[in-house]
Amino acid sequence: MYRYDDYDQRLVDERVDQFRDQTARYLRGDLLEAEFLPLRLQNGLYVQRLAPMLRIAVPYGLLEARQLRKLAYITRHYDKGYAHISTRQNVQINWPRVEDVPDILEDLASVQMHAIQTSGNCIRNTTTDPLAGVAADELEDPRPWCELIRQWSTLHPEFAFLPRKFKIAVCGSAEDRAAIHSHDIGLEIVPGPAGENGFRVLAGGGLGRTPVIGSEIRPFLERRHLLSYLEAILRVYNQHGRRDNKYKARIKILVKAMGVEAFTAAVESEWERLRDGPTTLPEEEIERIAGFFRGPAYAALDPAAEAAVLEAHCASEPIFANWVQRNSHDHQEPGYRAVTVSLKATGNPPGDVSDAQLDCLADLCEAYSFGQLRTTHQQNIVLADVRESDLLALWRGLQAVGLACPNAGYLTDIICCPGGDFCSLANAKSIPVAEAIQARFEDLDYLYDLGPLELNISGCMNACGHHHIGHIGILGVDKKGEEFFQVSLGGSQSKEASLGQILGPSFRREDMPDVIETLLRVYLDHRLEDESFLEALRRIGMQPFKDRVYDNGNAR
Amino acid sequence: MTTVTPANGSPVRVALLRDGAIVADDWLPPAEQSPNDGEARILTLTQWQGAACPGDAAVQLEAGDDLEPLLAALAGLPLVAVHFASFTDGRGFSLARRLREAGFIGELRARGQLLPDQAQYLQRCGFNALEFTDPERLAQAQERLSVFSNGYQGAADQPLPLFRRRA
Ligand code: SF4
Repeated sequence: MYRYDDYDQRLVDERVDQFRDQTARYLRGDLLEAEFLPLRLQNGLYVQRLAPMLRIAVPYGLLEARQLRKLAYITRHYDKGYAHISTRQNVQINWPRVEDVPDILEDLASVQMHAIQTSGNCIRNTTTDPLAGVAADELEDPRPWCELIRQWSTLHPEFAFLPRKFKIAVCGSAEDRAAIHSHDIGLEIVPGPAGENGFRVLAGGGLGRTPVIGSEIRPFLERRHLLSYLEAILRVYNQHGRRDNKYKARIKILVKAMGVEAFTAAVESEWERLRDGPTTLPEEEIERIAGFFRGPAYAALDPAAEAAVLEAHCASEPIFANWVQRNSHDHQEPGYRAVTVSLKATGNPPGDVSDAQLDCLADLCEAYSFGQLRTTHQQNIVLADVRESDLLALWRGLQAVGLACPNAGYLTDIICCPGGDFCSLANAKSIPVAEAIQARFEDLDYLYDLGPLELNISGCMNACGHHHIGHIGILGVDKKGEEFFQVSLGGSQSKEASLGQILGPSFRREDMPDVIETLLRVYLDHRLEDESFLEALRRIGMQPFKDRVYDNGNAR
Repeated sequence: MTTVTPANGSPVRVALLRDGAIVADDWLPPAEQSPNDGEARILTLTQWQGAACPGDAAVQLEAGDDLEPLLAALAGLPLVAVHFASFTDGRGFSLARRLREAGFIGELRARGQLLPDQAQYLQRCGFNALEFTDPERLAQAQERLSVFSNGYQGAADQPLPLFRRRA
């Protein structure tokens, strides 16, 4: 994990002082509301429906035990005792007071954390694979690159007032677990012609009102040029992105308007001026940063012995065995597994975690996973380095605080934005829909029989719940002041990324569990052996789903 | 550079933050009519191009302006101003960096709607002169030129990124 040196620490300390000054000037009327707005947003502070919301940065999702304890303290001391994991792997608290925020930022800085650029029209938190560094299908650990991008983008003087927010994701494995196709810039680590890995560069992807799959603008970029190339893309966007209409201001609109070729040409010509300049990454710097992410001190295990212990534990505890099967993942290191801690138990707003649970996760990751864990864009937690023989003890610890829900990757592992319960932009409440669906599909055998399924819910077109790329997507819409829900099918965030297609007219909230059940019945009736929901849908198309759902008379 | 002496006899019209110090402004802002002879007035880009691109004039760019017509004359220009119609329009930051990267060494001035809180970013992008009409905000901007003791990135004020300077 990256550790701050004096430079990094001073920078976050100075940021706290700066925000304290800005808040004081705002509170005494020296800074107008409109002037304070972008300043507070760039420190993660929104003013929401019920109270302010503070979004805390978790760079590429990595946290250590003392940071978890600090977050637990902050939620207890300044908030209502819980935090929310966002789809950008960040942490949100929903009830701080504006005047307390400088103190919260100071507490965060004491454990090498901050809220810099978690909102506003600037470069946001770079996200990546929650299994980075341990996934069996990995070509290279993407986190050193995320850290290099974090430093480059943090307080970048040229790019703090972009046309719109800007999101970058990095993927280093065969399977894309970072949704790089739906980011402003997506970076895929690929092997280069000379044997050294580099980047395939995508630009212009995004969700929101106009969802677009990113376009490849460079099949291969040598790794030392990463930052100067990003700088060139950002400069073209900063100068030419639209500023007259916030719905047309994302880079995806610029790429479409210019055409991929012309956009690429503009980036390349800007890059010609910047390449090989001081921003070129020296080999030593790449190595220095990579050094922070080398695996923890794994024990030299006898894999057969570990497996035997695990097998015995599984045999004695069938519920545990099921959880291991559903919520743990293969690891590069023999004898270890990575574990998903689902924050999607029925009745728990997806992604919410209490102060007591945060403290408990801190203890558990210290005891069983080298003192670190990761947040995921699916709004869960991953403990990445657990010995197989420790899994049972970990599971017991999780069970004691209600965190052992064995649904990772299944229908009820719903991605869901805060929606109308918290967010002032919402058209509809998303959390009650998630809860109703979770309650309907509590039967685990049925859930497992459905196979891997991603259901994503957003409360409005801003698509924080990534509904476009859910196998099933649900979007809250407003019809004459009433909440309705539009369903789309066939989205995917994998390397074969696709955007969901709208099923048809939208539904009332109370009908949603029935609608989902009907859709699933169509799948079960049509599926071939081992065919997933997405595969079956791609084979049979939308029509059978439409026919069944709308014949039932659910539509309005 | 011509010193302006307005009708009331005082040479000080507007104060300006230049190279970190608050000084009297010796240039008049752009106006619709072309300047009178001997008047030190900043030209709009159109005026400058209409005046056959004089190499020793001061010229103001708007956020969306193209730099190309200016590039050949940059070496001789005493002042280039970039006008910010809104403090949230960040195009001027990139214009400044492009100008410095193209070798411009004269006064690079930011004017228009700016926040004191932007002073250091403006300076890092290459502006060495910042205009604030409100004296209180001018003083606030001066105090905020060095909020951060270091930046990660290379920029106009310090071309080397921190990774080439870390002790
Ligand atoms: S999708 Fe809409 S309702 Fe949901 S959090 Fe984002 S802005 Fe709010």
